Amino acid sequence: MTQAEATERAGGAGPREFSEAAKRRIEWLYSRYPVREAALLPVLRLAEEEFGAIDGPAIECVAREMGISPGHVYGVFTFYTHYRREGDGKYVLQVCSTLPCALRGCRDVVHHLEERLGIGPGETTPDGRFTLKKVECLGSCDTAPVVQVNEDYHENLTLEKLDAILDALP
Amino acid sequence: MPPVDYRNFEKVLLKHADHPDSAELDYYLSHGGYEGARKALTQHEPGQVIALVKASNLRGRGGAGFPCGLKWSFVPKSTPKPKYLVVNADESEPGTFKDRIILERDPHQLIEGILIAAWAIQASTAYCYIRGEFVKGYRVMERAIQEAYDRGILGPNVLGTGFRCDLTMHRGAGAYICGEETGLLSSLEGKRGLPKIKPPFPAVEGLFRCPTVVNNVETLANLPHILTRGVDWFKSIGPDKGPGPKLLCVSGHVERPGTYEVPMGINLKDLIFDLCGGIWKGRELKAVIPGGSSAKVLTAAECDVAMDFDSLMAKGTMLGSGGVIVMDDSTDMVDALYNILRFYHHESCGQCTPCREGTGWLEKIVGRIRAGRGRMEDIDLCLDICDMMVGKTICVLADAAAFPCESILRKFRGEFEERVRKGQGFTRKVLTGGPLVQPGAISAHNQERRIEAAHHG
Ligand SMILES: Cc1cc2nc3c(=O)[nH]c(=O)nc-3n(C[C@H](O)[C@H](O)[C@H](O)COP(=O)(O)O)c2cc1C
Ligand code: SF4
Ligand code: FES
Repeated sequence: MTQAEATERAGGAGPREFSEAAKRRIEWLYSRYPVREAALLPVLRLAEEEFGAIDGPAIECVAREMGISPGHVYGVFTFYTHYRREGDGKYVLQVCSTLPCALRGCRDVVHHLEERLGIGPGETTPDGRFTLKKVECLGSCDTAPVVQVNEDYHENLTLEKLDAILDALP
Repeated sequence: MPPVDYRNFEKVLLKHADHPDSAELDYYLSHGGYEGARKALTQHEPGQVIALVKASNLRGRGGAGFPCGLKWSFVPKSTPKPKYLVVNADESEPGTFKDRIILERDPHQLIEGILIAAWAIQASTAYCYIRGEFVKGYRVMERAIQEAYDRGILGPNVLGTGFRCDLTMHRGAGAYICGEETGLLSSLEGKRGLPKIKPPFPAVEGLFRCPTVVNNVETLANLPHILTRGVDWFKSIGPDKGPGPKLLCVSGHVERPGTYEVPMGINLKDLIFDLCGGIWKGRELKAVIPGGSSAKVLTAAECDVAMDFDSLMAKGTMLGSGGVIVMDDSTDMVDALYNILRFYHHESCGQCTPCREGTGWLEKIVGRIRAGRGRMEDIDLCLDICDMMVGKTICVLADAAAFPCESILRKFRGEFEERVRKGQGFTRKVLTGGPLVQPGAISAHNQERRIEAAHHG
């Protein structure tokens, strides 16, 4: 989903509110830990699902829901790299660039994507469809080169295979 | 030790991994599943399970190789505080991809191991911290946990014994440092994943300041087999002081990369040249990092070594996480080291100066050597920095960066010197040919900056 779609789904740019289903899930999460704060990472995941990405209003919503300060939530959120961020495209292409993948040609994958999409690592296409990210070892080095597209791993990539995967995305 | 017979080795941990139903509870039960846990809970006192695992010499598969039973025995027996078992499924050491197979294809083997460990340390609550990228493993585990709750394998009355054990999956979100056990615990508490000074060790004061054992996925997956097949069987596999089946992850320049289940102590050459089909494209072996990118590098001449904790330690490196990264003779070691250093600099949590600055300096200096702007002194400068990083920080990420760096610089020094020499040729050309400067007229510092500017156009 693009940021615009996400914002629309979340009911505009105003304050966010978790759905009833998400609130039930949060209650369940609280029951799994002796202190509420421990549920912060899973609740951020829920916010990611509900609002499409973690942005300012999503952070405020999480903070309100959990009774902790937005500053604290923001501090924790920024420590981690894997959440969808404000401005991320509909598809986040995470190309592994760590040594084992580098030994098997991940650089070609990055170059190919840069050319095909006309963007560099960390950037998003103007239509909001693709974000390109270089990431560290995805734990799939035997099937290098590897790209994670949103949740899915694509392994043993060739440039042709990569093109076919991108072409087939809805 | 006689050479291990890896060819006739019958798989243990991955025995069922290729079966299409391997993740199903019914499949697991019909192949003797949960018998080990049943035995532990009904026939052994917790202390007896600890003694058994101690006697088996099972050593941790997460990286440090610490004896599992010994770690458990540090948990105080009489304490009013709850105790926790935490499964380390962060699997983020570059070159490691073994736990993923267990999580995705044999989740009940892991849950059974969790039950045995939880019983041994008397923990009624367990968490499995899985890296955020492993969405599939997370889903498979969630489903398996639900199945286990539905059939009374998890919950208030485990296998009808009255023992309570709750298990919750907890997803990380992309941070290597959350694999370090105290960083992991900080993250699990809902904070930034900052490691903490030890002592106190987690066994005494860990999660929510309560006694906590952190164990790797593969370590736990061994437990059901130790319970059902016995200590003697386990110790018959590989070296006495750290035996058992071992998952080795081979990546890089081999014909058949993959996860291989082998007896501990297999010769590294057999692994590479026999099981993995040798070096790809008919090239020659140049170097191997045998235990994840934090381990010291071995040259091709040093690869005649048994893959077990003590043999690799004797060679000055380590088994670590079992991530075997193979490099052929086309590998540019300057490039390879730069890649490794970029990783550690990126992943340093920044709490300790030697680590935060050291990883940054190393990346920068090796980066300039790589770009042809290095100085001969840079090599020793890097070695000095490595020296200042080892053993001086809160956690061992700093050491993990220094080990590969120091060993690659020493063992492949010639390549770095050559790059510097070539670069100096380039530099001289820039200096004399360009309009910038009179050589010798400016300080070294300014010279460097101008060369940099010239280099970047
Ligand atoms: C920087 C760093 C990263 C680590 N990453 C992992 C990891 O991804 N998975 C893991 O099991 N252990 C990892 N470890 C080792 C853990 O700190 C800990 O030793 C291990 O989980 C203990 O389990 P074991 O005794 O069963 O091996 C890491 C250690 C360090 C210093
Ligand atoms: S050694 Fe590095 S990663 Fe470990 S606590 Fe210190 S700064 Fe953080
Ligand atoms: S290095 Fe790319 S998946 Fe491990």
